[in-house]
Amino acid sequence: MGFQTVKFYQTGTFTVGNRLLAPDERSVQAGEMRSNSISSGHRACQGCGEALGARYAIDAAMAESNGQLIAANATGCLEVFSTPYPESSWQVPWIHSLFGNAPAVATGIAAALKVKGKHDVRVVAQGGDGGTTDIGFGCLSGMFERNDDVLYICYDNEAYMNTGVQRSSATPPAARTATTMPVGNEPGNVFGQGKNLPEIAMAHGIPYVATATVADLRDLEYKVRKAMKIRGARYIQIFVPCPLGWGTASDATILMARLAKETGTFPVFEAEYGEVTGVLKIRNKLPVEEYLKPQKRFAHLFGKHAHPEMIARLQAIADRNIRKYGLLQDQES
Amino acid sequence: MANKPFAITLKPGTSLNNLTGSWRTARPVYLDRLPPCNNACPAGEDIQGWLFHAESGDYEQAWRALVENNPLPAVMGRVCYHPCESACNRGQLDSSVGINSVERFLGDEAIRRGWKFAAAAAASGKKVLVVGAGPSGLSAAYHLARMGHKVEIQEAGPLAGGMMRFGIPKYRLPREVLDAEVQRILDLGVTLKLNCKVAHIEQSMQDGGFDAAFLAVGAHIGKRAMIPAGDAAHIVDAVSVLRSMEGEDKPMLGRKVVVYGGGNTAVDVARTVKRMGAEPIIVYRRTRDKAPAHDFEIEEALQEGVMIKWLSTIKQAGDSSITIEKMALDDKGFPQPTGEFETLEADSVVLALGQDVDLSLLDGLPGLEIKNGTVQVAPNMMTGHAGIFAGGDMVPSERTVTVAVGHGKKAARNIDAWLRGTAYQPAPKHELAEAGNLNTWYYSDADKTVRPMLDIIRRQTSFDEVQGGLDETTALFEARRCLSCGNCFECDNCYGVCPDNAVIKLGPGKRFEFKYDYCKGCGLCVAECPCGAIKMVPEDI
Ligand SMILES: Cc1cc2nc3c(=O)[nH]c(=O)nc-3n(C[C@H](O)[C@H](O)[C@H](O)COP(=O)(O)OP(=O)(O)OC[C@H]3O[C@@H](n4cnc5c(N)ncnc54)[C@H](O)[C@@H]3O)c2cc1C
Ligand SMILES: Cc1ncc(C[n+]2csc(CCOP(=O)(O)OP(=O)(O)O)c2C)c(N)n1
Ligand code: SF4
Ligand code: SF4
Ligand code: SF4
Ligand SMILES: [Mg+2]
Repeated sequence: MGFQTVKFYQTGTFTVGNRLLAPDERSVQAGEMRSNSISSGHRACQGCGEALGARYAIDAAMAESNGQLIAANATGCLEVFSTPYPESSWQVPWIHSLFGNAPAVATGIAAALKVKGKHDVRVVAQGGDGGTTDIGFGCLSGMFERNDDVLYICYDNEAYMNTGVQRSSATPPAARTATTMPVGNEPGNVFGQGKNLPEIAMAHGIPYVATATVADLRDLEYKVRKAMKIRGARYIQIFVPCPLGWGTASDATILMARLAKETGTFPVFEAEYGEVTGVLKIRNKLPVEEYLKPQKRFAHLFGKHAHPEMIARLQAIADRNIRKYGLLQDQES
Repeated sequence: MANKPFAITLKPGTSLNNLTGSWRTARPVYLDRLPPCNNACPAGEDIQGWLFHAESGDYEQAWRALVENNPLPAVMGRVCYHPCESACNRGQLDSSVGINSVERFLGDEAIRRGWKFAAAAAASGKKVLVVGAGPSGLSAAYHLARMGHKVEIQEAGPLAGGMMRFGIPKYRLPREVLDAEVQRILDLGVTLKLNCKVAHIEQSMQDGGFDAAFLAVGAHIGKRAMIPAGDAAHIVDAVSVLRSMEGEDKPMLGRKVVVYGGGNTAVDVARTVKRMGAEPIIVYRRTRDKAPAHDFEIEEALQEGVMIKWLSTIKQAGDSSITIEKMALDDKGFPQPTGEFETLEADSVVLALGQDVDLSLLDGLPGLEIKNGTVQVAPNMMTGHAGIFAGGDMVPSERTVTVAVGHGKKAARNIDAWLRGTAYQPAPKHELAEAGNLNTWYYSDADKTVRPMLDIIRRQTSFDEVQGGLDETTALFEARRCLSCGNCFECDNCYGVCPDNAVIKLGPGKRFEFKYDYCKGCGLCVAECPCGAIKMVPEDI
């Protein structure tokens, strides 16, 4: 299961392209003719993981649907940085309505296309983690429950970035946000709250649920393409580090996503009809410190007033992910 | 309409009016860094450059790129001590790229397929004399001929190759290989005069009407040691022994042969006499780790049954035995006598204590500077006498085939410039591609391919080649282990990872360009370039 890795060939399928591979074995992003769904001139921060993840995903969806695609977008950074009136970066038919209703808008579009008999035109809806796990959650759950023919993509940067880094139900424990300040005995976001939306989506029994990161392009494209081959409700959550909200260097965006996966902090897997069918294995397991340390939002865990006990709890969460999904090379998933 | 996205009629994307390049405080720029392998190659090979072609299976192009700098890849792939591999960045990941084995594969492939050098440049009308057909002379001749000069090599010996033929034993360098690579150089139109010892360089230049000369006579006079010896003691020097292996009359050394010295020559002589049925024992005054011979050579000799007495000097030689004295290393690591003696059976003693240069052809030449028995040369390889250049073992430097080849190339370039009345300006060196410039996450895990070794019985009894070569699949695998340090290998990462679409892909072989109108200077492309072929440069603000 999982995407087809090419072993060896210098870099195999680790890099975006690879001149040693046949053109059809290369990624969509490697192509000179990729659709560049979000073109240059958008106003995302330097090194924005969301801008990158959205282009990766929508370009792959465009490739799979032969350019016959409509996107509905929730409010959030992705919408605001791409489309400040009267400009837009989008190279696809794209609609924005509200913060909380992107899944419902997409459902409507899918229904309209069905009525009009346009079966080749496909629909994606997309939003940030806040729009998805919090305010848009009701609409999304309905969309899943009705098995509407929509691929919903959540760009998970683990907070409400567009309005100044407030906590969402996807914010990890211990992280500093504007609303979870590093004060008190247990600084930062609380442990034991929040939602695991991929698992909630799986619980709806929909045809396809997957997670991906901007550090694993081949896996991401494979999942988007696979999702586009399926009819009905599908959900992909893409891990997109945010240099501004996380306090990381603008050139560390992909590194952070890689570390999240390699530490087990963000499990990368896919599931069909509620059952896990594949995981992306950890290549070189690392302790969570490696992931936490470069991020200012976790700075209060280190240094003079360090919180090793909180780091240990974050490590326990990562270890649990590893156990639960079988993320190590020799583990069964 | 076919390629237009659904429902799009007008050209979308007015965000292109927003030139986000103005946000930038530093800009990414593409560059070529100097791979450490290239930096370490004494022959100045562009190793990463030829591996690049080998990686895609284009062996002929790889070979052609290789011979731009070194005309003897099949020889190199056997006798070079590959300092490139010691410097290879992959050594810090798992193990260095087997550069030398791929080089040999390419050299052998060229011989098998009969690849020839590209034709020489238009004739310059100049004539250059090369003295000595060792690696240095051959290399100079090759480069000079390709630059369009008329080249004549005058060689004292009966065959070309120098120490590659009369020093390095067959079991390390089969003579067919050497012959094929020499012939290919001669096919460029180089004249080779054998059995033609130059007695007086100026005379020979005058006689032949030469405009310049390159001297590469090597170092062939075996150094002697003061060993009190009886009349009947049989003492010979290593170079003569090895030389006579190439002739009709094989050396008569008896059964017990003592080889005195700890360098490569000592090891080669010992392994040679072992193959002739004798029992060699190497006597060396210091320890194994202090011996100038390479450790792998010592290891191979030990495997073949060569005995070695470390920390020993010869005190006295008789007709069938010698006396050795045990040594001990002092604080500074120098061997000091202990007064403890031992007697060893010895039918003969072979001295392998290094070689001196025969400088007689330079007698009376004005301007020359000789120091420690070697000819001093300027950075352009010219001796103190205008128009006479020198290289290889006869000038001060490390004495290896690869250094000799490098000298030949460098001298050729400078001779060419000198003949045109200019000075050769080497291109400025790129900054080094260090391990810290790489993002090694992207490379596949792959252990080094081990070259096959001949079985031990045949190694002890025949002169068959000891080390085997790679075949096509293993050579391809090995080439693909290269990280392409500092030089774009078109992985498309920069093109892919830019969140701002600010990288233009120019197509296969053409690399990439930045769209500075939109590049925000985030540095992601730099961080995610596997091989360190991009760097950030601060903007002047
Ligand atoms: C036993 C042995 C093993 C070695 N093994 C290795 C090895 O594995 N790897 C390695 O890199 N190096 C090795 N070396 C060192 C290497 O062989 C030399 O450094 C290299 O050959 C030097 O090249 P050269 O062209 O300067 O001189 P040479 O190879 O010595 O060639 C000089 C040539 O000039 C000719 N000549 C001399 N005087 C005159 C004259 N007056 N007129 C005309 N011709 C003349 C000689 O006949 C000879 O052919 C070894 C050396 C020895 C002795
Ligand atoms: C109903 C409503 N409430 C609040 C907002 C303000 N708002 C705009 S974007 C945003 C946060 C978006 O966060 P998220 O969905 O995680 O996307 P991100 O910006 O992090 O990509 C908020 C709170 C709004 N537009 N509409
Ligand atoms: S990995 Fe390749 S380019 Fe880098 S040092 Fe080794 S051989 Fe040279
Ligand atoms: S990734 Fe793009 S925006 Fe960032 S420095 Fe490179 S070219 Fe510029
Ligand atoms: S990222 Fe890849 S394609 Fe870009 S410069 Fe580096 S090696 Fe070349
Ligand atoms: Mg968010």
